[in-house]
Amino acid sequence: MPEHDTGGTLGTPEQEVAGFLRRRSEQIAQRWADEPLFRTVFTVSRDEAVEAGKVVADALAQVAGTQRVEDPDAAGFTGVREQLARMGAARSRAGLSATQVSSELAALLPPVENLLVADLEGVEPERLRECSTALSVLMGTLRLVAMQTALSEVQALTDRQRLQLLEVATPVIKLWDGIVAVPLIGTLDSARSQVVMETLLEAVVDQHARFAILDITGVPTVDSLVAQHLMKTVAAARLMGAECVVSGIRPAIAQTIVHLGLDLGTVKTRASLADALGYCLHELGANIVNAAPDGAGRR
Amino acid sequence: MHTGAGVEARLPIRSDMDLVWVRQHVRQAAAGLGFGLVDQTKLVTAASELARNTLVHGGGGLMEASHVTTGGTDGLRLTFSDTGPGIPDLDRALSDGYTSGGGLGMGLGGARRLVHDFAVESAPGSGTTVRVTSWVSRPPRPREDA
Amino acid sequence: MSEGFSRPVAGHVPVLRLGDVLLVTLQGDLHDTMAHQLQQDLSETIARSRVRGVVIDISGVEMVDSFLGRVLAEIAAQTELLAARTVVAGMRPAVAITLVELGLTLPGLRTALTTEAALELLAQPIVPSRAGGVREESP
Repeated sequence: MPEHDTGGTLGTPEQEVAGFLRRRSEQIAQRWADEPLFRTVFTVSRDEAVEAGKVVADALAQVAGTQRVEDPDAAGFTGVREQLARMGAARSRAGLSATQVSSELAALLPPVENLLVADLEGVEPERLRECSTALSVLMGTLRLVAMQTALSEVQALTDRQRLQLLEVATPVIKLWDGIVAVPLIGTLDSARSQVVMETLLEAVVDQHARFAILDITGVPTVDSLVAQHLMKTVAAARLMGAECVVSGIRPAIAQTIVHLGLDLGTVKTRASLADALGYCLHELGANIVNAAPDGAGRR
Repeated sequence: MHTGAGVEARLPIRSDMDLVWVRQHVRQAAAGLGFGLVDQTKLVTAASELARNTLVHGGGGLMEASHVTTGGTDGLRLTFSDTGPGIPDLDRALSDGYTSGGGLGMGLGGARRLVHDFAVESAPGSGTTVRVTSWVSRPPRPREDA
Repeated sequence: MSEGFSRPVAGHVPVLRLGDVLLVTLQGDLHDTMAHQLQQDLSETIARSRVRGVVIDISGVEMVDSFLGRVLAEIAAQTELLAARTVVAGMRPAVAITLVELGLTLPGLRTALTTEAALELLAQPIVPSRAGGVREESP
């Protein structure tokens, strides 16, 4: 067993706790391995649970050693975030609520506290109290880190799903050789506009499309933000050597645009998707024969 | 704040060749942290603008890159500092079309639109420090322009 | 970005002559001195020989900042003065999005999707309203 400075003058209480965690990491891990949080997650063998416990104890020792027991962003936690996330996720899958997981994490404190009291036997009561406080703050922070990590996993999942939804909701249709179109349905927010822009421009490259039509028939309202996004898309397409036409400007939207004094500037607009297609075909040099009186018009 | 491998760097900005190294480092660091292609390009372009400012207006300086995290999101922070004459009128320097040499006057104001967070400290005679941060796969920052 | 990270190129950018058109292919990361050198080389070549147009293929360029943007705009303006036209071809989507976000829409610049489209464009007589594949904004 390593030497223990019985004088209890190992610097600050945090440093003392760090020393204790390092000395006793094996024992701490042994006790934790019996706690539900470790026992039910690491099911291959008890050794696996002990190993995982040691990693956590070492991380805690590192955090305590840097005097940052209250800081969930302390560098020492970096290494265990992933493991904590896995443990949290495993417990959630087992049907536990966030509160239940949290109390399982809280249950990790008492065994360590008992060991601390035993380890620091003979130390002044005042000092022991300080160390014990530092330890419980540290364990509280660990709980915070674990919950934070679990929540950010959920957030990441939501973000991924949202992104997938955005992509699904943005189909690019090839209308003709050299003409692609995106029918937009629903509200255009900043994130969606970004996806629309990227998707459309990628399609322009892939399809060698000289024309791209953004059809906004299904967009309920056009405000200055949407107008700005439309203009950006048009400008980016132009830089790539393609022309972007905005179609489907319903009378109500046209009215709003005028009312708001929005300047669509150099954006080429057409009333309907058919009109836009007609314009693009004409520009490509394709002649439309036998056009109905109110069919696809020529500019 | 955590540190990531292959991201941390201090690069000198003394010549236009150094600008190339700055861009390449930012590109690699951003790709390594999982930035998408468009976001990588935005960040590299912002870095190029800011590094050129440091070179042209600050008489050379330094770029520091670091990996930052907040609530589990990774980010790349770039700090450009010089000990040059400083910027006398920050508001004007941040407005589009303002330029005091070279470029199309898109330097600071343009770079600000390409990143999520942007902070600049400068005083006449005491140099300029510009710190920008972008986060991986976060929706673009809310529009602040009028 | 198939070829990985760009390496810095040194010296001159090669300028290829195809009949009465000059073809310049930019690749990787161009440093400022080289961009300036190219600008100078081009105007000299155009002035020396009768050239109808310049095609600058930037499909291999991963980033255009305001400096390179300005160089491209200046090359276009210069060739115009020398009675020729410049077409910038193959700008990548990420580059175009970034330029627009930066605030550089380069309104006077002729653009094309590919080098072939650019050559086609230069083969057409100058009729501003009917220029396929190219948008020129009227001021």
